[in-house]
Amino acid sequence: MNRINLLFQNKKSRILSVYFSAGFPHLHDTVTIIRTLEQKGIDLVEIGIPFSDPLADGPVIQNSSNIALRNGMSLSLLLDQLKDIRKEVSIPLVFMGYINPILRYGFEKFCARCAEIGIDGFIIPDLPMREYLEEFKTTADRFHLENILLITPETSDERIREIDDNSNGFIYMVSSASTTGMQKSFAGSKEAYFDRINAMKLKNPRLIGFGISNRETYDSACRHASGGIVGSAFVHALEQHPDNIPAAVDTLLLQLNS
Amino acid sequence: MKIQIDENGYYGRYGGAFIPEILHRNFEELSSRYLDILEDSDFQKEFRQMLHDYVGRPTPLYYASRLSEAVNARIYLKREDLNHTGAHKINNALGQILMARKMGKKRILAETGAGQHGVATATVAALFNMECIVYMGETDVERQQLNVQKMKMLGAKVVPVKSGNRTLKDATNEAFRDWCNHPDDTFYIIGSAVGAKPYPDLVARLQSVISEEIKKQLMEKEGRDCPDYLIACVGGGSNAAGTFYHYLNDERVRLIEAEAAGQGIDTGKTAATIHCGTEGILHGSRSLVMQTDDGQIIEPYSISAGLDYPGIGPLHAHLSEIGRTQVLAITDDEALKAAYELTRLEGIIPAMESAHALAALHKLKFLPEDIVVLTVSGRGDKDMPSFIAHFS
Ligand SMILES: Cc1ncc(COP(=O)(O)O)c(C=O)c1O
Repeated sequence: MNRINLLFQNKKSRILSVYFSAGFPHLHDTVTIIRTLEQKGIDLVEIGIPFSDPLADGPVIQNSSNIALRNGMSLSLLLDQLKDIRKEVSIPLVFMGYINPILRYGFEKFCARCAEIGIDGFIIPDLPMREYLEEFKTTADRFHLENILLITPETSDERIREIDDNSNGFIYMVSSASTTGMQKSFAGSKEAYFDRINAMKLKNPRLIGFGISNRETYDSACRHASGGIVGSAFVHALEQHPDNIPAAVDTLLLQLNS
Repeated sequence: MKIQIDENGYYGRYGGAFIPEILHRNFEELSSRYLDILEDSDFQKEFRQMLHDYVGRPTPLYYASRLSEAVNARIYLKREDLNHTGAHKINNALGQILMARKMGKKRILAETGAGQHGVATATVAALFNMECIVYMGETDVERQQLNVQKMKMLGAKVVPVKSGNRTLKDATNEAFRDWCNHPDDTFYIIGSAVGAKPYPDLVARLQSVISEEIKKQLMEKEGRDCPDYLIACVGGGSNAAGTFYHYLNDERVRLIEAEAAGQGIDTGKTAATIHCGTEGILHGSRSLVMQTDDGQIIEPYSISAGLDYPGIGPLHAHLSEIGRTQVLAITDDEALKAAYELTRLEGIIPAMESAHALAALHKLKFLPEDIVVLTVSGRGDKDMPSFIAHFS
C-alpha cells in the first residue's frame, strides 16, 4: 500500500499537512525543512515547485516562490536535492506545483524521477480533471503516483462525485473561493459547505486547505475532514525565522494549537 | 484541412482549459453559453447597433495610394484606428460586456498592458453602468499615465500590480486571482485571443467583424472579395484573428503576421513568441510561450507595450505550425521607421503595434497587381512619448 493510503488508514483525524516553497528561505533548505517537519510530527509534506506565475496563490506564496526562483531553484535541482530523502524521511511526500515547469521538464521523466526518489504524488492546481484523465493519468499510474484533485465551494455535487471516483489518496478540499492565504475564521457559509460535503459520504478522505492559519481554522478543518493543509502560515513562519527552521515549525504548531 | 476550434477548445495541439478548479464553473458556464448568446438575435441586434452607432463601424477600408506607390502593390488599410477609443480592442470589450450582462454578472475585470484594452473596457463599463476593475502592472501604470487617467475618469478602479515584473502578464495573473476570489458575480473581459477555452474563440468571433467588413468593402472596391495578402500585428493575436477570421480556410489569401522582435530575435530582448517561444501553458491554454529551460516565464521586451506578452493565442501557434501563416519578426527600429513612413505618406499616425504590421510591407515581395489588406489596429496617440523620444 502506498504511503498516502497508509497514513489515512492509520490516522483518521487531525492529520496535518504542511506546504513550503522549495528554495525558500534559502536554496538548500529543502531537505532540512522536510526532515524537521517529520521530526515535529507533521503527517504529510507538500513540496512546492516554484513558478514565475502562480495564479492560484496569494501574496505570501507568490513571494516565497519568487525568492526561491531568485535563489536559483529549478525543478531539476529540486529533484537532485531530494534524491536521498527516503534514507531519512518516511512520511508521505507530494509535489505541489503548476503544470508548465513539469511539462517543460517532461511529464514522463518527471514521473520517473518521482518514483525513483519515493515521491507519492502531486497536486497541480492548474491541471483540471478532464485534462489529467485524457493526457496524463496513464503515465502517472504507470509510476504509481497519486494525483490529488481539488474541490471548491464552486464545484457541483455531480462533479465532486466524479472527482471522488477518479481520486485515490485524498481529496484536497479548498476552504473558500480564494487564492492561498491566511484567514482568521471559517465560520458561516464555509462551515455550511463543509457540512454539505461531509453529508456526501465520499469514498476518499479529505483534507481542508487554503486559509488555515490558527487554532480556530485548523480545528474547523479537523471537525469537518480528516485534517488540514497549511501553506501560507508556514511560509510566513519561515519568513520570520529564516535561519532557524525548527523555530519556524514550532511557531506554526503553537499557532495551530493554542 | 479546415481550421477551426474543436469541442475541447483546441486548434490542433494548442488551446485547452488549464484552470484552477475554483474557476471551473465559470469557464463551463461561459463555454456552454457563449455560442448561443452570440447567435441570439437580440444579442446580435444590440451588438451590431452599438458597433455602428457607438464604436463608429464599419471602419473604412482605405486605399493608401502613396504607400502603394512606395511598396509597389495595391495597399488597403483597414482603419481600426478610427474606432471609438482608438483601437480594435473595443469590438471585443463591447461584445464581452453584453455577454456579461446576459449572464447576470455585475462586476467587470480586465487586464491591460498599454492601457488600450483597459480604456476600452472602462468605456463600455461606464456605458452600461457596471463596476470595473482594471489590473495593470505598476511599471505600465507609470509608463502609460494618459490611459490610466482616462480609465479613472471613466470610473474604473485601476489597480497597480506589484507582483512579478509588474507588467502585462502579472496584471493578467492578478485578474485571474481576483476572479478566483469572486467567482459568483464577476466577469473577466480578457483583452486578447488568449486564455483558456472559450476565450480564444470568443474573442476571435467578436473581432471577426473586421474580416467580415473587409470582404464586403473589397468587393465594392476591387470587384473581388478576397485580397492576395492580409497583414496584421500579433500581441496575443486578437486583431490578427479578426482580420483573418473569414479567410482562414480561403487558400487564395496569404496570411502574414508581424510579431515584435524588440531589439532582435537573438538579443534576448524580444517579444517574438512564435520565433523564440516553445510549447508551454500560460494563463490557461497550451501554446507557444517565452520560457526558460526550467519552464519559468520570461518577461518579453518590445518598444510596443501592446505586443510584449510572453504568450500567443493558441490559434496563431497552430496557424504557424501548419504553415498557414508567415510570421515576420519586426524590430523596434523597423517599426519606428514604418510609423514615420505612414505618417508622412498618408497622414496617419499609427499605434506602435500597428507599425509592426506596416514594417512587414518591406519584407515581402509583391507583384504590382497584388492586393494587400493591412489592419491598422490602433492610432498612435498613446505612443507619442516613444515617437518623441526616438526622433527628437
Ligand atoms: C493598437 C493595438 N494593436 C495591437 C495590439 C495587440 O493585441 P492583439 O494581438 O490582441 O491584437 C494592442 C494591444 O494592446 C493594441 O493596443
